[in-house]
Amino acid sequence: MVGSSTYRGKSYTFNHGVHPEEFKELSNTCKIQRMPFIEEYTLPLGQHIGALSECLVKKGQEVKRGELIAKASGFISSALHSPVDGTISYVGIVDTPKGEMQRGVRIKTNEFSNQIFNEEPINYTDLSENQFVSAVQNAGIVGLGGAAFPSHVKFSIPKDKECKYIMLNGCECEPFLTADHRTMVEYPESIIDGINILNHFIKAEKAYIAIEDNKPDAISKLMHLAKENDFPIEVIKLKVKYPQGAEKMMISAILNKEVPTGKLPIDLGVLVANVGTIKALSDLFRKGMPLIERVVTVTGTAIKKPANVLIPIGTPMSDVVDLCGGLTDDAARLLLGGPMMGAVQKTLNVPVVKGTSGILALAENEVKDFDEYSCIRCGKCLDACPLFLNPSMMGLLAKKGLWEEMQEYNVMDCFECASCSFVCPSGIPLVQSFKVAKGVLKEKFAREKAEANE
Amino acid sequence: MSRTKNKIAVSTAPFLKDKSTTPKIMLTVVYTLIPVHLASLYFFGLGALLVTLSVILACILTEWMFSPKEDRFKSVKDGSALITGMLLALTLPPGFPLWMAFVGGFVAIGMGKAIWGGLGQNVFNPALLGRAFLQAAFPTAITTWSLPNGNYFNVSGTNLAIPFLQGENVDGVSGATPLAKMKFEQIATDYIELLIGNTAGSLGETSAALILLGGVFLLFKKIINWRIPLSILITVTVFSSIFYFIDPVVYPSPLFMLLSGGLLLGTFYMATDLVTSPLTPKGLWIYGIGIGIFVVLIRLWGGLPEGVMYAILLMNAATPLINKFARVRTYGYK
Repeated sequence: MVGSSTYRGKSYTFNHGVHPEEFKELSNTCKIQRMPFIEEYTLPLGQHIGALSECLVKKGQEVKRGELIAKASGFISSALHSPVDGTISYVGIVDTPKGEMQRGVRIKTNEFSNQIFNEEPINYTDLSENQFVSAVQNAGIVGLGGAAFPSHVKFSIPKDKECKYIMLNGCECEPFLTADHRTMVEYPESIIDGINILNHFIKAEKAYIAIEDNKPDAISKLMHLAKENDFPIEVIKLKVKYPQGAEKMMISAILNKEVPTGKLPIDLGVLVANVGTIKALSDLFRKGMPLIERVVTVTGTAIKKPANVLIPIGTPMSDVVDLCGGLTDDAARLLLGGPMMGAVQKTLNVPVVKGTSGILALAENEVKDFDEYSCIRCGKCLDACPLFLNPSMMGLLAKKGLWEEMQEYNVMDCFECASCSFVCPSGIPLVQSFKVAKGVLKEKFAREKAEANE
Repeated sequence: MSRTKNKIAVSTAPFLKDKSTTPKIMLTVVYTLIPVHLASLYFFGLGALLVTLSVILACILTEWMFSPKEDRFKSVKDGSALITGMLLALTLPPGFPLWMAFVGGFVAIGMGKAIWGGLGQNVFNPALLGRAFLQAAFPTAITTWSLPNGNYFNVSGTNLAIPFLQGENVDGVSGATPLAKMKFEQIATDYIELLIGNTAGSLGETSAALILLGGVFLLFKKIINWRIPLSILITVTVFSSIFYFIDPVVYPSPLFMLLSGGLLLGTFYMATDLVTSPLTPKGLWIYGIGIGIFVVLIRLWGGLPEGVMYAILLMNAATPLINKFARVRTYGYK
């Protein structure tokens, strides 16, 4: 229920952006349900951004739920744990959702594996900052918003920088997705607790929790808890607008500052983290639980029973979809993540990994191809681009393959939110061509760098 | 285990799409033009309708002819040729010979759009380019304005002139436009008459009220950018006020400047042409102010009584340059 006293006041936002249909009602009232254990789990070693984890187990070895099976192989790398009690059945090459083959392990589940996880809590007050960072790394915690960037890297603030604000991202601006929403509604205490633990080491001035105002239940719950917290936490309502959850847009909306090009939020003294990540942090210190499961929204017009599911990492997606009633007959596209930025998936025979925020199946009538017309320079894309780029001009350049000219129009700053393609009345694949341009340009930079080094 | 069916295909995000499409945008413009055409039928009779149909026919046939074979249906379906035809017709006098109107339509699409590479590639507004061609080719016919006479079945003798044989100057009841009266005789026309459209003039430049209504609707639908009409109208008002206050006898009042001639039609339907106007907010202001200044300059000191057409064409020519320099500051840059 919405507490009327907590739902007053202004909603903040950024300039430009678009309003796609939300489709959140498919799953935003579905309680997070636990995925039952299945027979076998597949765990690729590269579930995060950075170097692959280093495998520590051999075939036939017994492992326990939460036991380390691969350790970080460098600073920008993360650890991996077994989601079940079981036996290692395979060490070798496995399929990943990205489409590439990767080194990984398979674990055969023991019959009496227990889902309840209750190890000893870790007393964080005794830890030094460095110990905290390595505890996070050894627990395999990565950003659960979708990018899966190792969290301990973010949490270790460079010496010359200062973190003033902890900013929690609970915007979830992608249509369809409701995992963060449900996490905030069902585990608000863990989120506040996670902030307090993080702040014990970061020592920020203040924390913000940014939530789009289409989640009044989450806002009121967190506002209530935030009020009683010693460390100042402010719950900020943001207008429902895509891409509100992009960190640059969120920072603009809340602090009215722009992240300079090529810089990170920490350069403005801001540490951004997803609400799910902070909940995982709380779970680590309160229950001793490393990152072995995550909430995934399984939804879409082609899923029979949309749901939010707490899934052990490594569960094959086909089992997850089966739990949700399976696909309808007119399923035409499978996506990982939301419909705006999600990656298209060809098969369900890959595991859920740490970066899987949603499994989305769209029906045929929703993905019909549009006629492409010439650019009529209506300027809708300029009014949509949250970064104030000129997609119209870049689209014309891309058509001619003038990648270097596109660089003058700052194509490298584009974070591929797809607002331009969304609004284009001529159905021109704008963001799609910018992805190509960025790829070509990155390759060129790498080549130039290599030549300069020779 | 669910089996993923073969139907499941791979393509790139995004999978949500705004409902507005280019043909829909074009059709909305067409709808708002229909009342203006009905008004011209009311004021000038059947002749006006024939001129309109002749231009539209020429535009669509030309579009069909110049499009690549596989795209023919698509490029006619997008409705842009229809708009060009409707707009060009609105700039012509009601007694205009039908064959000349047809030639105008042909030139508008052929030279105004097709030779540039079709929709979205042209620098000049096709309808205005067609009109400029007609002005150069048939200077007398295009400045022979008949007065509204209330007879719906009125087809002027000049409408049916035989191509190339009959001289341009076939008599009819003609009258000077309010702007010409003002310029050459210093006679002002009543504002109410101007607003309703009961004056001599081209099909569309007479009915200010309906054009304004259509324009406001397009603004409301965000199909045209508000910066263009606003900047043109403000510039014309301010610029002409200065001269009006210096000498109200010689110079027309700002209100007269706004309501007379093709200014409203040009402001809401020609200058706002998406393809030939700049992209960025800054660019749009420069463009609109430029048009406003040229309109006043040509009307007050040029050899012609009306300057909207050339003002817009001049700024159309400047648009690529404006686009190049009036950029938007990207997020995160100084």
